[in-house]
Amino acid sequence: MNFTVTAEGKGEWGMFENIRLAFQGIWGHKLRSLLTMLGIIIGIASIITIVSTIKGTNEQIKENLIGSGNNVVTVRLMQDGYEIDMEYMGVPDGVAVMDEEDRLALEELDGVKEVSFYHIRNYTNSVYYVNTAFTGSLYGIDSHYFTVNDYQINYGRSFLEKDYEERRKVAVVDDKVSKQLFQGENPVGKTLEISGEPFTVVGVVSKNNTSSPTINSIEDYWMYADTSSGAVFVPDDCWPIICRYDEPQYVSVRAKSTDDMTVAGNNVAESLNSTKITNTACEYKADDLLKQAADIQELSAAANRQLIWIAGISLLVGGIGVMNIMMVSVTERTREIGLKKAIGARRRRILMQFLTEAAVLTSLGGLIGVVSGIVLARILSGVMGTPVAISVPACVIAVGFSMIIGIVFGLVPAVKASKLNPIEALRRE
Amino acid sequence: MILEMHDICKDYPVGKSVAKILKNINFEVEEGEYLAIMGPSGSGKTTLMNLIGCLDIPTSGTYFLNGRDMTKLSDNQLADVRNQEIGFVFQSFNLLPKLTALENVALPLVYAGVKKAERRERAMEALKIVGLEERMSFLPNQLSGGQCQRVAIARAIVGRPKVLLADEPTGALDTASGRQIMELFEELHRNGSTIIMITHDRNVAENAGKIWYIRDGVLSENETISSEIQEYGNPAEMQKEKLADGTYEQTAGEENRQEEQAGGNTDE
Repeated sequence: MNFTVTAEGKGEWGMFENIRLAFQGIWGHKLRSLLTMLGIIIGIASIITIVSTIKGTNEQIKENLIGSGNNVVTVRLMQDGYEIDMEYMGVPDGVAVMDEEDRLALEELDGVKEVSFYHIRNYTNSVYYVNTAFTGSLYGIDSHYFTVNDYQINYGRSFLEKDYEERRKVAVVDDKVSKQLFQGENPVGKTLEISGEPFTVVGVVSKNNTSSPTINSIEDYWMYADTSSGAVFVPDDCWPIICRYDEPQYVSVRAKSTDDMTVAGNNVAESLNSTKITNTACEYKADDLLKQAADIQELSAAANRQLIWIAGISLLVGGIGVMNIMMVSVTERTREIGLKKAIGARRRRILMQFLTEAAVLTSLGGLIGVVSGIVLARILSGVMGTPVAISVPACVIAVGFSMIIGIVFGLVPAVKASKLNPIEALRRE
Repeated sequence: MILEMHDICKDYPVGKSVAKILKNINFEVEEGEYLAIMGPSGSGKTTLMNLIGCLDIPTSGTYFLNGRDMTKLSDNQLADVRNQEIGFVFQSFNLLPKLTALENVALPLVYAGVKKAERRERAMEALKIVGLEERMSFLPNQLSGGQCQRVAIARAIVGRPKVLLADEPTGALDTASGRQIMELFEELHRNGSTIIMITHDRNVAENAGKIWYIRDGVLSENETISSEIQEYGNPAEMQKEKLADGTYEQTAGEENRQEEQAGGNTDE
């Protein structure tokens, strides 16, 4: 008469049936369940909104820095870890000036598409138009600079081979200088005074950016500050006229692709360090744009991360709410628990039933929270113009974390249920 | 013997003293027997049923069910015994309100790890025995009291237990429904089930093949008041005597009555 217990049948009821029962229970107390989940929903929604905003901002920063489309890395000459300002520090010893042959050799390196050499004064004080001083950057460039850095000619012309050969005192200005220094007059044909020498403006150029940088913060402002005040270009062969010496150049490296930028920059820097430098204090160093991006991202994320902790408190409160309602649920269902124990349910089964219910409740809350968070982030981005990017892993983690909250805070009520004495439980009305 | 109890005692602490609810219970039940245990409210019969049903463990004594000593089992082992060797029928049915009749009947099989298809098949079979196969998809609140109790009986027999244990099975039913339940028990008995029924109602008890009487925690085959009480003449006298010699022992009767009142049980 007695039947045998099939081992494989043991787990069959288990999870699936518990989850079904949990949904039934939640559906049976819609309002109560919603109120219980509210803490979790608010917490998760806030976190998803914050995380989406952080991610959106970060992606924008990265795009501003790297994604402008021309894949150019600057390789600068450093001394003792700082960029050399030759205006004040003079020309460093033991660093050779590079020529066309070197340039062609560098273009053979891995990841490198095109190379240009240039001299620079970041903050020049030697350029005047009539009586107005120009405060921006002064460049002495080779004939590849405009191509490598993606400039286009707006008016007039670029530098010609003759300009280099004959060291003609000609200059090209960018559109910002055109606007600010020349007050909207056509600068072509006008004369700039550079270090006391007259230079004739022959053309106006502007950068061919696929996207213009967006300034969101003070860090962004500093990031773009030096290019936004404009630039005056002269042929590099004229540089000694202005600065009196042959100076070692900086290098603009255009990489084959965005992913090659770091490799190309480092290859050029290494090659120059091994062939051109005999002074150990000096070295060529490629701008690590990815690292710069990460640094700025870290700054903007740090502030937002504080908010996540605050949202975390809401999760804690939500968890306590879940514990409370599960306690009520255990009390309400004392008779049911008693009966189940009387007809042979083991402790573990009762425990799992209540744990599952708590976990399902909070997971559902987490899910609703994620959806509300995404909607909220989109609304915020619409109203306040903050960039938003939804992070799929963050959403998955959020739901998973909600489930863990349910298990942690459901544990006490579930243990209480599993330890109920069936005799007393059955007697209770 | 399917069931043997030797010198079973059950005490409950009451403040600093101890209430002896059951005193040296000795009895045996043979396979296929239909036994009623009769006693007034507060006589200790509910406690005895809890012990027989492995819901509780005795303070002392030995209890063999189907050859195994129940006093030495763990919590989980006791749960398995309740699941596989005992079928419970309660006064208040105790069906789960959100499950259909069929699901209620199948519930013990779930805990036994029986597969779904077999669960359904066997639950149907059990419902057929109690004559409710037509109502298998009804919820308990769509069934009458008598039908609910029949579903509960189906749930008790679905696991083919060694012993069917019924606690006042007709207590919440009208006379006609009660009679139907008794007829059902009769039929189960004829088909070989071992039934132990606990009741305070003589008319119900007389359905059984044998009646034991419990009074103030003492079980006897004689209807006349138990030997200990006989000694004192009547229960009230006994209590007086015991209080007088300083060894206070609250009688099982009083203790249980208080408990049952507190629990809102409608035994009476």
